[in-house]
Amino acid sequence: MTDTPVETPAEAPKGRIARAWDSDLAYSFRRSPVAMVSLAVTFVLIFCAVFAPLIAPYDPFNPATLNLLNGFTAPGEANAFTGESFMLGTDDQGRDVFSTILYGLRISLFVGFSAVLFAMTLGITLGLVAGYVGGWVETIIMRIADVQLTFPSILVAMLIFGIAKGITPIEYRDQVAIWVLILAIGLSDWVQFARVVRGATLVEKSKEYVQAARLIGRSTPAIMFRHILPNVLSPVLVIATISLALAIIAEATLSFLGVGAPPTQPSLGTLIRIGQGFLFSGEWWILFFPAVTLLMLALAVNLLGDWLRDALNPRLR
Amino acid sequence: MLSYIFRRVLQSVLVLLVVGLVAFAMFRFVGDPIDNMLGQERTMEDVERLREQLGLDQPFAVQYWRFLEGAVQGNFGISYRQGRPVAEIIAERLPATLELAAVSGFFALVVGIGLGVFTAIRRDGFASNAIMTLSLIGVSLPTFLIGILLIYLFSVELGWLPSFGRGEVVQLGGWSTGFLTQSGLLALILPSITLGLYQMTLIMRLVRSEMLEVLRQDYIRFARARGLKEKAVNFRHALKNTLVPVITVTGLQLGSIIAFAIITETVFQWPGVGLLFINAIQFVDIPVMAAYLMLISVMFVAINLAVDLLYVAIDPRLRSEGGTS
Repeated sequence: MTDTPVETPAEAPKGRIARAWDSDLAYSFRRSPVAMVSLAVTFVLIFCAVFAPLIAPYDPFNPATLNLLNGFTAPGEANAFTGESFMLGTDDQGRDVFSTILYGLRISLFVGFSAVLFAMTLGITLGLVAGYVGGWVETIIMRIADVQLTFPSILVAMLIFGIAKGITPIEYRDQVAIWVLILAIGLSDWVQFARVVRGATLVEKSKEYVQAARLIGRSTPAIMFRHILPNVLSPVLVIATISLALAIIAEATLSFLGVGAPPTQPSLGTLIRIGQGFLFSGEWWILFFPAVTLLMLALAVNLLGDWLRDALNPRLR
Repeated sequence: MLSYIFRRVLQSVLVLLVVGLVAFAMFRFVGDPIDNMLGQERTMEDVERLREQLGLDQPFAVQYWRFLEGAVQGNFGISYRQGRPVAEIIAERLPATLELAAVSGFFALVVGIGLGVFTAIRRDGFASNAIMTLSLIGVSLPTFLIGILLIYLFSVELGWLPSFGRGEVVQLGGWSTGFLTQSGLLALILPSITLGLYQMTLIMRLVRSEMLEVLRQDYIRFARARGLKEKAVNFRHALKNTLVPVITVTGLQLGSIIAFAIITETVFQWPGVGLLFINAIQFVDIPVMAAYLMLISVMFVAINLAVDLLYVAIDPRLRSEGGTS
């Protein structure tokens, strides 16, 4: 009889999934109903956003499928003129609110993820360079970070958005608005990453494995990105999750204020901005459903970030 | 001590110079100021004359110096959109923002400390748990949604409070105040709550954790042993010792209240500098944006500096460390 390693219980190297299931993180996850619900809500929303064209019953941006007579249909009720009914009602132009939310969610999530990715890349790179290279490079990077930290990031984002808007010619403004938004939110948010990574790099720098890598003649970028980076990533993960919640809210806020996603590519914030105009005339659903979606998204990601911070913090175990 | 103060002041001036450079670069390089000021029909002489008049033919450093000179004297040029001096527009709008910020700060401080003490004393009560959970949700709610929610509840459904504007204002010299009329005071309520809510939860959580810490100390037990009334122990002995960090945080939050006023002012169409700034961004009115940036950075830097120096004055331990380093 041949022994397969799986059958020997004690020393058997388990599969990746089994090992992940046994890890501290997974254990804490299984014990936290809040984290499970948050993760489920986040995944459902991401799924809806990614497959929006398949899920949405209407294409809200195709004028051919719109019927102005369908405007202001209340949720679940049949329209007085056409007899059609919509699950979450329609807005002033007869667009299905459910479909616009799905497409809005897509833009909100895309901007949020891209902005965090951008902030993370920039922050990690600058933090690694500041920590590892040191000297006047470090002084300049960290001074800029200090100055930026004096101002609330939403203000920085607004300012960058305003400047970028001033630089782009008028005819391109709506097309590039989404990318400008990503740039603005990303640039307003890199400082946290840079500070944490720099701090961790300063600790790692003097460890033996780094000295060994230097001795065998690896280049500075290789040491920074291949050797140090994997060891400073775990706090970055926590900041990234919390940053995602902040970025989603920042995007919604900017779009709501009219300095974000344009009406041609509405995000959840833009939808709320549009819906606010109908608050007094009684069409509450145009505002209500996008607001609830945004709230669920922000709350779920926020709670997930909180849980991750506690779960990865060795002092709280 | 003296060297610490000196270094701190120098740092602040440096920050302001950098912000000034950003503001100046916006002026100079975002769009062409000449294009913005002269219309389609213009001659080359006009362009040259204006270029000379604005000093755009001078070297960069000279222009920057002139900009700083103007900024210190409160001269930020002329709004592209309104055609009036920016300083004048801002002076007109500033009272609205400052009154809103003051009332929200007051609300945040009073309610925050009150709830903080309450939740600390009844730490396991149903009401405290409910307040703590609500505060968590309150922190995740974006400011503008809170504003809309309040408008819906108190203006649309109940019809108690106005949903936009300042109500009637009274002019006192150059200062327009909403404190003196009934409609002005009513109009202040919803925006102040919206703006102050985040700071309130922050102060509440801070006071709560500080109180829980202090209530464990020996001198509190001793005060109880002496037979002092609960009220005297909680407020006279415990609360007093939690206030130093609260004052610092409040001071630092003043800056963000002014920044977040932008959002609240937009939701409530409150005619302050925040709304002015948002409109300036929408219409790419660079002089107004630059002036607002300078104004708010002076406020931020001044507040940070004041809090830091106050800290040194209050805490003797910092003083000795600051002296040696």
